[in-house]
Amino acid sequence: MAALPSPLRVCRGILKELRAIQGPSYKQSLAYSYVMDQFRRNKITGERYCRAQQEAHHASHTYLCLLASTRNHLALHNLYHSKGERSPDEVAGLVGLKLPTQPGGKGWEK
Amino acid sequence: MFRSIIRLENQFKSVISLCKACPRHQHSRCALKYSTASTERKRFYEDVSISQGEGGLYEINLDRRKLKTPGGKLFMVPNEALAIAVATEWDAQRDTLKFFTMHLTTLCNTALDNPTQRDKDQMINAALKFLETDTICYRVEEPPGLVELQRNEWDPVLRWIENRYDVAIGSSSSILGPDIPEETKETFRQHLSSYNLWSLTGLEFVITQLKSVVLSLGMIDRHLSVEQAVLLSRLEEEYQIRRWGNVEWAHDYDMYELRARTAAGALFVQLSSESSTVKQKLMQD
Repeated sequence: MAALPSPLRVCRGILKELRAIQGPSYKQSLAYSYVMDQFRRNKITGERYCRAQQEAHHASHTYLCLLASTRNHLALHNLYHSKGERSPDEVAGLVGLKLPTQPGGKGWEK
Repeated sequence: MFRSIIRLENQFKSVISLCKACPRHQHSRCALKYSTASTERKRFYEDVSISQGEGGLYEINLDRRKLKTPGGKLFMVPNEALAIAVATEWDAQRDTLKFFTMHLTTLCNTALDNPTQRDKDQMINAALKFLETDTICYRVEEPPGLVELQRNEWDPVLRWIENRYDVAIGSSSSILGPDIPEETKETFRQHLSSYNLWSLTGLEFVITQLKSVVLSLGMIDRHLSVEQAVLLSRLEEEYQIRRWGNVEWAHDYDMYELRARTAAGALFVQLSSESSTVKQKLMQD
């Protein structure tokens, strides 16, 4: 029912994500051989209506979404949320202010 | 694995000495292992592989050690696809282990350990509780743009599920929500009881993420893709974003997290309820 991208695109998307995870040697990984195997196995032969193929297509698309979203989420997390709280100086700097400084350092008047 | 636990314990020498002195404090050590949020663990392994153990169940090996759940059980999953997906998650970790990105591992741990000790009926009841306050059954009366958006986007899904399960759900703009007949709940209860414990764990996770039974079942029944389900679940937020603008560190961050969690849950349901068909395929060759 849901209009999904074609299996070929999903397959290439998953492989792209696997390469992002495992680097250049991703072709030796378990996931690579399993994904390729599943996509080859579920190819259409003839004009048969194949329920298992739709299932596999939906599952593969879900997996692609899982990999891509996890990667994006982690990237945003590292960019914005991984450093903890900002220091008072930084917070003031965000809105263009500076923290007041005492002319002779702390306890200057004594 | 054991050595890594030791390493973790070394960071908390005071706790460890307590444990050694008094075996009754074992449970405090378990509690310590669960609290991964504050402490980051280093990636303590090089290779991740899977192996088939007793009863055809699959196990994960980190170097030569077997992966265990936080509760101390051996980590075992019912089929190869799930094992490979979990292994890929462990392989994806760089310098430190980021457990918040390992959704499938987390779901397997929950299913294996069942930390809240619930049975199937309790899980079904918890899941069905969301039907009474289902996101897509609550409608707004203003602003007109959002009213129209909700009607155009949510009504088709509602009609689909009413036809698919032959039930009446309806929508409402009152604070009490729609009046859902008892027969509807009974139909869904019967449907959910056909799932096994693992799939129910995943399904309940999806429902709590999307805050909607209708959208979750729509996705599990392959009527909706993950992206569509997440979009429909966040419809009001999307409307506000369109009006006021998108903030990457809040809106996109939330959306990707929700997508990842929902996709993990949906995949978990599918893989753990179809283990038999996967095995059949493997045996054919």
